[in-house]
Amino acid sequence: MNTSSSSKAITAAPALEEKLRVIVGAANVRAVSTENTFGEAQPRIVVEPGSERELARVLRLADEAGLAVIPCGGGTKLSWGNSPTRADLLLSTARLDRIIEHVWADLTVTVEAGCTIQKLQDTLSQHGQRLALDALWPERATIGGVLSANDSGALRLRFGSLRDLVIGMTIALPDGTLASSGGKVVKNVAGYDLPKLMTGALGTLGVVTRAVFRLHPLPKIARTFSASTRNLEATQQALHAVQNSKLAHTAMQVRAADDAAPEADVLFEGTAAGLAAQETQLKKLLELVAVTEIPPSVWNARQELWLASDSAAIVKFSALPADIANGVETVRRVAAHRQIRWKAVVQATGLGWLRLDGSLDHLHSALQELRAELQRVGGSLIVLHCPAGIAPLDAWGNVGDALPLMRAVKQQFDPNGTLNPGRFVGGI
Amino acid sequence: MDARIFRELRAIVGKSGLITSPEELHTYECDGLTNFRVMPRAVLLPDSREQVQAIVLVCHRERIPFVARGSGTGLSGGALPVENGIVISLVRMNRILEVDLPNARVIVEPGVLNLDVTCRVQSQEYFYAPDPSSQSVCTIGGNVAENSGGAHCLKYGFTTTHVLGLEVVLPDGSLIHLGGKTLDGPGYDLAGVFVGSEGTLGIATKIILRIVKRPECVQTLLAAFPSTNEAGAAVSGIIAAGMLPAAMEIMDNLAIQAAEAAVHANYPDCGALLLVELDGPTAEVKALMNQVTEICRANGSSEIRLAQSDAERALFWKGRKSAFAAVGRLSPNYIIQDGVIPRTALPLLLNEINRVGKEAGLRVANVFHAGDGNLHPLVLYDKRIPGQEPAAEALSNRILELCIAAGGSITGEHGVGEDKKKMMSKMFSEPDLDTMQRVRCAFDPLQLSNPTKIFPRPRLCGEKPGEYVANPLETAGVAERF
Repeated sequence: MNTSSSSKAITAAPALEEKLRVIVGAANVRAVSTENTFGEAQPRIVVEPGSERELARVLRLADEAGLAVIPCGGGTKLSWGNSPTRADLLLSTARLDRIIEHVWADLTVTVEAGCTIQKLQDTLSQHGQRLALDALWPERATIGGVLSANDSGALRLRFGSLRDLVIGMTIALPDGTLASSGGKVVKNVAGYDLPKLMTGALGTLGVVTRAVFRLHPLPKIARTFSASTRNLEATQQALHAVQNSKLAHTAMQVRAADDAAPEADVLFEGTAAGLAAQETQLKKLLELVAVTEIPPSVWNARQELWLASDSAAIVKFSALPADIANGVETVRRVAAHRQIRWKAVVQATGLGWLRLDGSLDHLHSALQELRAELQRVGGSLIVLHCPAGIAPLDAWGNVGDALPLMRAVKQQFDPNGTLNPGRFVGGI
Repeated sequence: MDARIFRELRAIVGKSGLITSPEELHTYECDGLTNFRVMPRAVLLPDSREQVQAIVLVCHRERIPFVARGSGTGLSGGALPVENGIVISLVRMNRILEVDLPNARVIVEPGVLNLDVTCRVQSQEYFYAPDPSSQSVCTIGGNVAENSGGAHCLKYGFTTTHVLGLEVVLPDGSLIHLGGKTLDGPGYDLAGVFVGSEGTLGIATKIILRIVKRPECVQTLLAAFPSTNEAGAAVSGIIAAGMLPAAMEIMDNLAIQAAEAAVHANYPDCGALLLVELDGPTAEVKALMNQVTEICRANGSSEIRLAQSDAERALFWKGRKSAFAAVGRLSPNYIIQDGVIPRTALPLLLNEINRVGKEAGLRVANVFHAGDGNLHPLVLYDKRIPGQEPAAEALSNRILELCIAAGGSITGEHGVGEDKKKMMSKMFSEPDLDTMQRVRCAFDPLQLSNPTKIFPRPRLCGEKPGEYVANPLETAGVAERF
């Protein structure tokens, strides 16, 4: 906790707030409502710039005044990462919500950071296109927020994550620089790939103000099938059979829980003829298990982990695709002797989301044990949500030998530690 | 570099791993772009990560700039040596370290050839997707440096899509690991920044690749059109119909003539050829190929051929993949350009290329990845005719300026290297370039790893930039900031 700059912020406040009002207009500087608390740190004001230039100027002003800035889109993932060590100003992209250019014939879109995923998808769908990403809470989550948190869903298996879909980006740096990289074309190797650096940086290097994405056509037809497997071993066999086949599935996930047999869901997209043929092949491939067609709502399973989850822990974990069953088996073992209820959604990529319900002590020790087990086999566990009152737990876990380099990158982009101080890995 | 340092380097790589004689050094004075040449002081051929690390430690201590090099097939001077520097050739580090089929991963050393990865896994029906035309000779390490593409990246993505992790020797000699076999490890995506950094951030000594299952069915169609305009319209029609082919390539008449003369691909004689490849489940491909055929016909295609065998399909591709070299049949000298435009600007740009070509009195053959707007105009000239070489260079640059003005890029897959660094400030503003170089300052504060490449002006690490400065195109009112 840096008390010196907090006190500086308070004494400098009236003059500073006046400067902020001059930049963004009086109506766009407000006191923060009480729901935005970050552990110990409590930002006092929220600022909503109306343009990229305004945002960059606000950022520079805050940086010079020694204020800690928490960039914010729809606010759906503000609790991700560690609690910031300082928080003075909530920098909202709410007014930067324009879809600047949807060049449907080029399959690209340029969009401001504060635009919600849903608004973007609605616009794109008018030309039969989509951003091939199924993010959490699309009605509220914004482009900038999803990029910064690197959220991705089941479509990742086929289309990659945002890192693979973003082709250009403009960012504001704490010193007021507005910098663009990439471009508006799908294929482009001019200069460093900063959009990838920003994706998943949780707003600790700069604030994304706009992004350009490559798009994909909306499928003509989509069908979902589910295989009910007796146990995890059978699930892994089903996963492997499908992954190792020539089926052109778009997504595949495993749903598992302490009180139910695991299910493997497969999504196909394409033409009627193509899908009929694939259905036949899938059923032949998985002849030992019951395969049925089910409604697409099953792809919401990941988001549903968050339902009434105040007292639960929710984590994202990563394992090798061939180790998915082992990973879930570890969850079962770790949870069982602690009386923890659990539910997991794991994608065929090896990325999984896990919800644990139990006592605070048990959750804490279970998460530590799970993380150690996953890290031992080259995986990772990132804590996304924890119940209030749980003992301190690093959100990220082991970063490896590139941490000093990550610190050097942070030093170059944000030397004063203005953006999201302490929220990222290794205290960044 | 004095004798003491040479002795030290020889001790690291052994006698056979150090080249210092001028005759042998000549091989390394340029890459695939031969009009830039610099003699290195020495070439080192390490065969292990430990040797790379030891060499880089010496370079760091003695402030000797170094350039890593694979097969030297790059077309932008990325592997061009730097004055008073050494070249570190990775060709001896050519082992495939691990093939992990259940996880679809292959781990390689940087000197492994691109095509060798596919060869190693093809019996199990997997392949490595990025397929630059030089894939039988270029290395994975070089592909990582350049973020190489290829004809099939429209559907499958670029090198960066297929690199999951890297072991890297940083310019200070330390060894670090970026990314890994699993996805989304905690921390910044530094592997994503390293790929495509053209050797300026360090040397990759181990690369974790993702491989892809071969599709059930591949079909390739060749359609002849009166001109590139109709071929371009057919591509638009295919996109509008909601299809994402594995590849879409256009060649203009001059490029067709060249390919025909060189490899006898038996192409129809026409104004423009469109090659469309679809892959996936058989029923899906067949249904979509019917649609593609209809779209081509509706856009005025006079002749449509669907490859009936793998041999015929290979022949369709052979003409396209050999087009660069084939142009040598039409002209003693030529410049291969690599620009990108938004695909819809294609007709406009081709007319412009035609116009500026006529003005310069030079012929331009066009080959392009039509799906993603990546053009490869080939500017033909004869350097024995006084004035033609500079005129060709000027024309080639003019074409890039047209690409930038159309909202595109100065390079889609060949890289900036030495060749295009001056063009960078036409595409990006000073703050844009400065921000990129902050990354360089974090990785390589002494600027020893392939210095002088990519950026028109090096950034002094620690320099403090100013506020927003408009991009030159914005000032000129040509383009809005994207």
